[in-house]
Amino acid sequence: MLKIRDLVVAYGGIEALKGISIDVPDGDIVTLIGANGAGKSTLLRTIMGLEKAKSGSITYQEEDLGPLNSQHIVERGITLVPEGRRIFPNLTVLENLKIGAYLRKDKNAIADDIRRIYGLFPRLEERHWQMAGTLSGGEQQMLAVGRAMMCRPKLIMMDEPSLGLAPLVIREIFNIIRRINETGTTVLLVEQNANMALKVAHKAYVLETGRIRMEGTGQELLENEEIKEAYLGKKKN
Amino acid sequence: MRNMTTGKRNFLLTVVAILVLFGLSFVVQDGVDTYIRRIINLCLIYAIIGLSMNITNGFAGQFSLGQAGFMAIGAYMVGIFTVPVNLRADVFYAVPMNPYLVNIYMPLWLALILGGLLAALVAGLIGTPVLRLRGDYLAIATLGFSEIIRIIITNANTITNGALGIKNIPSLNDVRYIFLATAVAYVLISLLLSSSYGRAFKAIREDEIAAEAMGIDLFHHKNMAFMVSAFFAGIGGGLYGALLGTVDPKNFLFTLTYNFLLIIVLGGMGSITGSMLGAVIVTAGLEYLRVFDEPLEIMGVAIPLFRPGLRMVVFSLLLMACVLFWRHGIMGTREFTWDKLAAFLKHPFGIRKKGVQRK
Repeated sequence: MLKIRDLVVAYGGIEALKGISIDVPDGDIVTLIGANGAGKSTLLRTIMGLEKAKSGSITYQEEDLGPLNSQHIVERGITLVPEGRRIFPNLTVLENLKIGAYLRKDKNAIADDIRRIYGLFPRLEERHWQMAGTLSGGEQQMLAVGRAMMCRPKLIMMDEPSLGLAPLVIREIFNIIRRINETGTTVLLVEQNANMALKVAHKAYVLETGRIRMEGTGQELLENEEIKEAYLGKKKN
Repeated sequence: MRNMTTGKRNFLLTVVAILVLFGLSFVVQDGVDTYIRRIINLCLIYAIIGLSMNITNGFAGQFSLGQAGFMAIGAYMVGIFTVPVNLRADVFYAVPMNPYLVNIYMPLWLALILGGLLAALVAGLIGTPVLRLRGDYLAIATLGFSEIIRIIITNANTITNGALGIKNIPSLNDVRYIFLATAVAYVLISLLLSSSYGRAFKAIREDEIAAEAMGIDLFHHKNMAFMVSAFFAGIGGGLYGALLGTVDPKNFLFTLTYNFLLIIVLGGMGSITGSMLGAVIVTAGLEYLRVFDEPLEIMGVAIPLFRPGLRMVVFSLLLMACVLFWRHGIMGTREFTWDKLAAFLKHPFGIRKKGVQRK
């Protein structure tokens, strides 16, 4: 579905991504793990058209995304749940969701989708009139995911959805990621919480300072000794 | 989500309220003296310009200070084209008026609309380079452009009569006309801001990166907000020129913009009804503070500070107090709505049986 080949992205003279290649097959959950500064967010922002690549290619369903701006990329069915949630704090929950459907013109279908999102996140329905900034961290994350779902994405990309959340809430978020995937949406997940992220992943990549260090199925990487030590906090023995 | 019937009811209530106020404007037109009428008209005009400034600053979150420049464009359009042709030689006594323009006369409404359009066009041209800036830089750049507009006007002698200004504009101290213009501006701006465009503006204000990730074209929307804002500022400026009966480059110094900044800060950045309220309070307030400008004697002793200029000192202090203690203004981003009024009438003192449960 999404093919990235030899992608290089630089800020000024510094290369944040030094030629990476990734495949996201249709219907899968693909996870990218890596430490701070590995280039994970840069990758997602570049796919979204928020950063420009220096070289390399991003193809989505046989189409080159390089020359497109983010508006057109959203229209193609790719959406981003940004790092740190970035909901619109002084707008109500409902308004936030409506902005997610900004590029759509089909009013009735939008109303259906809002109901569907409320089904997925009943908490959002309870609070639909509330300013989004007054929600708890977990609820804000749910709103960020819900907002992204409002444009009916075929590929949803999530940047550290577990950031700053309590373990119970993280589990809930990951359950939702699975459910979203089961309804046919492909997921590209970027995480520091390697344990949870690898468990849900069909396929996973390890990113280190701008390069792919390792790839495999989620299970393979979970059992890999190096990964265990570096990312899962388990001692080799 | 609101159902259709209350939506329709609210629409009808708004229409009725506007009609009632319009009817009232006939009474006011005949019932009060020229001075009061002038203040009411100024309130209405300032409301239009306050609203226009709120589109960029309050809703789209772009801190622009170019309002005085756009007003000047509208005001000069009215000044140049609505002065009766036979009086033009008197106005342009130093340098004769441009021969192509000297015989073109327009009715006021046409000059207003063209002034608005020209202001919007200029905003579009300025916006392309300037709207890439953010925050303070945008404020400085727009302030600069507003001064450039004023200086061009000061020096285009054959068109604008330069520093002498244009006199003999048929004076429009007519509450009905100006009320109608304000009502139309209010309705159009409300419709724009409650549409999906309005929502996109707010999204940009809240978080540009997230808005862009939702597929909102930042530049297109910022530019649109800027142009619509300039359009209504141009209309407001035109009415302002017509109300005063004269336009002069000095009327449009950048300090004029601060009045509107005060209106939207006091009324609430991002609140349409707040801007209306702010306009009335600031305009009427500036008039009634005039007592400070006059010498005051208490029991034969002259109080020393009461002299021309004290009004502005008091006004500035009020502004500071407002910003320090009341940062969100009167309305914040809230709006006056019929729903809230209905809820208030049902439960006047906040006693609600069941309803809003906060956590």
